[in-house]
Parts: sequence; C-alpha cells; structure tokens
Amino acid sequence: MDSSITSEQSIQPALADVAHDHEAHDHAGNSMFGFIVFLLSESVIFLSFFAGYAMIKLTTPDWLPPGVEGLEVSAPTINTIVLVSSSFVIYFAERALKQNKLVQFRLLWLLTMAMGTYFLVGQAIEWRGLQFGLTTGIYGGLFYLLTGFHGLHVLIGILLQGLMLGRSLIPNNYANGHVGVDETSLFWHFVDVIWIVLFCLIYLWQ
Amino acid sequence: MIESISIALEQPKHEPPTGWRRYFGFSTDHKVIGIQYLVTSFAFFLIGGLLSMVMRAELITPESDLLDRSLYNSMFTMHGTIMIFLWIFPSLVGLANYLVPLMIGARDMAFPRLNAVAFWLVPVFGILLMASFFLPGGTAQAGWWSYPPVSTQNPTGNLITGEAVWILAIAISGVSSIMGAVNFVTTIVRMRAPGMTYFRMPAYVWAVLSAQLIQLAALPALTAGAVMLLFDIVAGTAFFDPERGGNPVLFQHFFWFYSHPAVYVMALPAFGIFSEILPVYARKPLFGYRVVAVSSLLISVVSVLVWVHHMYASGTPGWMRMLFMFSTMLVAVPTGVKVFAWVATVWRGKLRLDTPMLFCLGAIMMFVFAGITGVMLASVPVDIHVNNTYFVVGHFHYIVYGTITMAMFAALYHWFPKITGRMYYEGLGKLHFVLAFVGTNLCFLPMHLAGLHGMVRRVSSYDPEFAFSNVLASLGGFLLGMSTLPFILNMVGAWVQGKPAPDNPWRAIGLEWMVSSPPPVENFEELPIVISGPYGYGKSEPLVSNEAALKPH
Repeated sequence: MDSSITSEQSIQPALADVAHDHEAHDHAGNSMFGFIVFLLSESVIFLSFFAGYAMIKLTTPDWLPPGVEGLEVSAPTINTIVLVSSSFVIYFAERALKQNKLVQFRLLWLLTMAMGTYFLVGQAIEWRGLQFGLTTGIYGGLFYLLTGFHGLHVLIGILLQGLMLGRSLIPNNYANGHVGVDETSLFWHFVDVIWIVLFCLIYLWQ
Repeated sequence: MIESISIALEQPKHEPPTGWRRYFGFSTDHKVIGIQYLVTSFAFFLIGGLLSMVMRAELITPESDLLDRSLYNSMFTMHGTIMIFLWIFPSLVGLANYLVPLMIGARDMAFPRLNAVAFWLVPVFGILLMASFFLPGGTAQAGWWSYPPVSTQNPTGNLITGEAVWILAIAISGVSSIMGAVNFVTTIVRMRAPGMTYFRMPAYVWAVLSAQLIQLAALPALTAGAVMLLFDIVAGTAFFDPERGGNPVLFQHFFWFYSHPAVYVMALPAFGIFSEILPVYARKPLFGYRVVAVSSLLISVVSVLVWVHHMYASGTPGWMRMLFMFSTMLVAVPTGVKVFAWVATVWRGKLRLDTPMLFCLGAIMMFVFAGITGVMLASVPVDIHVNNTYFVVGHFHYIVYGTITMAMFAALYHWFPKITGRMYYEGLGKLHFVLAFVGTNLCFLPMHLAGLHGMVRRVSSYDPEFAFSNVLASLGGFLLGMSTLPFILNMVGAWVQGKPAPDNPWRAIGLEWMVSSPPPVENFEELPIVISGPYGYGKSEPLVSNEAALKPH
C-alpha cells in the first residue's frame, strides 16, 4: 500500500508535466493551424478584388480618367524591392530567435519594421503626387481600394511586429515556444506575396 | 503526508451547470455558447416571423392597403436578412457549437475565447440591424441581396442610411462567421479524440466541416463586394456605377459567389441532422455512411462553381449560361446520393415515430420537392420564364423553412434531453409537427402556382387573378406562426418542470450520449478512446474502449 503511493507520487508530477507540455504544444499548433486557415480565407478577399479589377479593366469603355496617361513605375519598383527584401530579413530574425540570439533577433526585427514603414511612407508620397482621387471614375476607385487595402495589411503587420518586439522584452516570454513570432512572420510573407501580385496587376499590366 | 497526496491525486469534480446567470455572461464553455446562440437566434426568428405575417396580411388582398409601399420594401428586406443572418446561420452554428466537441470527443472548441467573441457579435449586429428601423429614412429597402443601383440610391440624403447600417451589420456578421469557421475547422481537424479517425466521425461533423470550409472559401467575396458597395454609398466611388465606368453586375458576381454557397452552409448541417437522427429512430446504421460523408465535401466543392445561375437574366452570355446550368445540375448528384441513403436507412427499419423523426421525415419530403423545383430553376429556359417570380420564393422557402428550419426543430427535440437534462412533452411536439407541416405546404405550395402564372416577387399589390393562391399562402403563413406557440410552450415548460432525462433516452449511439444530461463542464472525465465507426445499430461492437471512465464516478 505504502509503496504503491510512493510510486504514484513519483510518477504523478512527471505525468502532469508531460500532459502540460502536450497541452501547451497542442495549443500552439492549434493557433498556427487556425492562423493559416484564416490567411487562406483572407486571401480570397484579395482574389475577389483582383478579379473585379481584371473584369472591369477588360470590359469598361472608359478606363483611365481624362488627362491620366498611366502610372509611374520606377519609384514603386524600389518600394517593391524593399518590401520583398524585408521578407528575407524577417526570416533571419526568426532564425536568430530559434538559436536564442535575442539581440540579433531584435535588431533584424526592427530592420523589418523599418523597411515596412519605408514602404508605407513611399506609398503615401506616391498617392500625394497622383492627379486622380478616390472618386475619379472607376480607375481611381479601384487603384486606391487595392493599394489602400493592402497598405492597411502592411500597417497591421507593422503593429503586430511592434507587439512582438515589446513582448520579447518580457522575461521567460518564449518558455512556451514562439508561435506569436511565427504567425507575425507568416503574415508578413503573406502581405509580400499579395503585393507582388498587386504590383504586376496595377503597375506592370497597364 | 498521505492526506496531501490524496488531495493531489483527487480528480477534479465538475458540477453540471446550474446557475442561469452564466447564460447572460461571457462564458467560454462551448455548451453555454451553443445555448446562447440557439436562444438568441430563436428570438430573432420570432421577429422575422412577425414581419412575414405582416407581409402575408398585406398580400391577402390584391390592393396595397395595409402598409405603405416603402414600408413593405423594408419588411421583405429585413425579413430575409433576419431569417438568414440572425436565425438560420446562428442557430445552426449554435447547434454545431454544442454538438461538435461532444461528438468528436473534445473538451471544448480549439479557441474558446474566440468562440465567445464570435457569439457576442450576433446580438451586437442584430440590435444594430433592428435600430435601422428608427432611422429617418427607415431600414434598407433593396432586398436581402442589395443589388446596385437600387441599393446605392439615397433619396433622403442622410449620411447614415438604412443601407449603410445594413452593410455594417452584414460585415459584423461576416467577421463572426469567419471566427466561427476558423474555430470549427481547427477543432475538427486537430481536436478529435484518440481513435476518432475522419471516417469514424458522425456524418453531422462531416457536414459541419464542409459547411465551414464553404464559409472560409466564399464569404470573403461578399466582404469584398460589401466594402465596394459601402464606398459607393458613403464616399461616392464608381465601382457599380455604369455612367462612370463601373459595373453593377460585378456586385451580383460578388454577392452570389458567396450567397449561393451560403445555401449549402445552411443546408449541409440540416443534411447532417437527418443523417444523425434517422438511424436512431429506425434502429439501423446509416446507409452508405462513407459515401454520405464524402458527398458533403463534394457538395461544398461544386457549390462554389454554380453562382451564375442566379444571373441568367443579368446579361450573362450564352456559353456561361450553359456552363453554369450544367454545374448547377451537377449538385443534384451528391444531394441525390444523400436522399437515397436516407431512404435506404429508413427502409424496413423498426421505425419509432417520435417528434424528431416526424420532423426529419417531413423535412426530407419537402426537400425532395424543393430539389425538383431547384433543378427546374437551374434550367435556363424555365428560369428565364419564372425569374423574379413567386416560383423562386416558393422554391427557396421549401429549402429554408421546409428543410432547414424543420431539421432545426428535429435537432432541438432530439438533443433537448441532452442539453437541458429534461424530457420535452411528446404530445405538444407532435402537435407542433402537424401544424408546421401543414402550414409550410399551405403557405409555400400555392406560391409556385402564382409564380408560374407570372406573379412577381417583392410587390405589395398584384393582379386579382392571383388572389386565390395568395389567400391560401396567407392562411398557411398564419398557421406557421401559430405552430411556434406549442413549440415555445413545450421548450419553456419542459425546461422548467419536465421529467428528468436519462443520459441516453433514445438508446442512441454516439459520444454525446455516453455522458450525463446535461454534460459536465469538461464533457469527459477521461478522453474517449474510439474503437469503431458511428451508427453501430444492430451490431455488438462497442464505440469506445473506456466507456465507464467517461463519466465521473
């Protein structure tokens, strides 16, 4: 009787640990899975906008507003290069975190945020220089809708990155893994891929 | 020492929920949230039903004499919106919330807090939508589909119009639905009990999974369309304005790319309910379980490829009409498979005609009828003839009331003992069924006749030649309204003072019937280890290997 209790006593904490680890791991896995499902669903909004853009561009009799020749491509191209490069930077940041190099992680993470901010500022400057507005015909509406909706996602990505940066200062924050950082990074790649399609659609296909 | 060990080893004990206050707060228990969804949506069902009875009262005479015409426009717009977004969607989500974790052997949904937030958005947008009745220009009046250019008109000149509030409400509903869909898919894919393989899941879980996948794939298209429509109304953009290069048909594409699959988001869980209930009351395994399960997924794939059949009359080119006629008729194959499976399940079974079984059989009969008129509508020549007539109205009410709402009632009666721990009154249940079945057919069958003769929908006055059909439909509508009275009496009365229910009153096979009624907070004392497929009626193999350990001792 007595020995059975001691054996249970020794087993019990170990089992509880395993169960706890299993639950924490499972929770992170659920979170990542759910996030991927959400991103797939979110991409359908962009696909709908892209399809609408293509349908109207191909069928409408008056596409560009009077006096507008088209879009200037060189500045947006630099913007694109910066945004796409930031995807690589955030990948190395994530890798630094996995190797427990916290300082390197924070530096690369900050660099990603800076590159994202550069993109947003660049887009704002481009918007200010355009001769058409949101309500200037169908073209103006679609241009601002697509770039604006994507820009909103970039902004959300930067805010998420700021949140993750703040959290990295909390001691023991990564005891249960770093699913938040992984998800933010995945979101950033998603925003980049969407931009590549959008860039081809709006700037290259004129 | 020994005392402290015994405390450490003591299993946590969970009392069944007793306090009624928990149903009014932010609870993360999937069972509480399920009940919250069901009760909230039923309240909106009553409001939507009252609106429809006012419309039927208007239509009992050919002249427009009861209501102002624009108020009538408000009525049908709000009736459709409430019934779809505030009754059918949330009630089915509520049922799935309650049942799915129990059926797959999980303790809760994957994201309990997200689940609670998704629920609390429902009363928020419901009240928002109701509030639009008090706006200066009244509610949205463009019908539940909000086609431009009708929906973009703003005769009162107010910035906050009924239409803008309508779009906002639908957007919140969409956010809630996407939250729910992410939660359901994650739960079903990742939280199944040991041994619960995909082909051991009940057919209802397959149906919910398929329905929620449709939400994820198609709902964002409506969101895109709604955003553009809102910009057109509020900011003056030209997306759907043909005079400035826009295209109103684009909105129809966005709308139907979601709203046709949405029909299957609503119908698939109803199909799942039939597949669960028929085997219990026929004492036979579900016929062709694997085929029924896979056909749910097939329906969800085909459903996103058929939307243009709503737009045959919207200047759609001929090749597109042919293509979508073909794909639409293709849906009849997996649904036909299901109907044959249900008939074969009932065939030569030991039928027990309790209320849930009666509702199921009645609903399947009406679904077959709706399926036939559905194939008629898929056919281009018929559809051009009856486009925008009462034939369409009759058809989809056979789906949304005759099939889905009847299935919902079947489910509510069937799982009532499990949810509340009380038995409902069989006599009142049968009375409800008779009134609802007669009422549905009396209300919606004559609409087909009126539609075939050319009575258009969404008008408050009509040619006197349609008077006979409309009087019948109105009487049926009032009968349907009456039929909910025995239901409410039954549910409230039984919940308050019904006979206590045993754990498994129907001798049904399923994980949810192996725990107490109502189930404890964490559902299972020990997670079930599933060792065989569902519906083992007439077989001797057990469903789980640790049945005794599922309940607290």
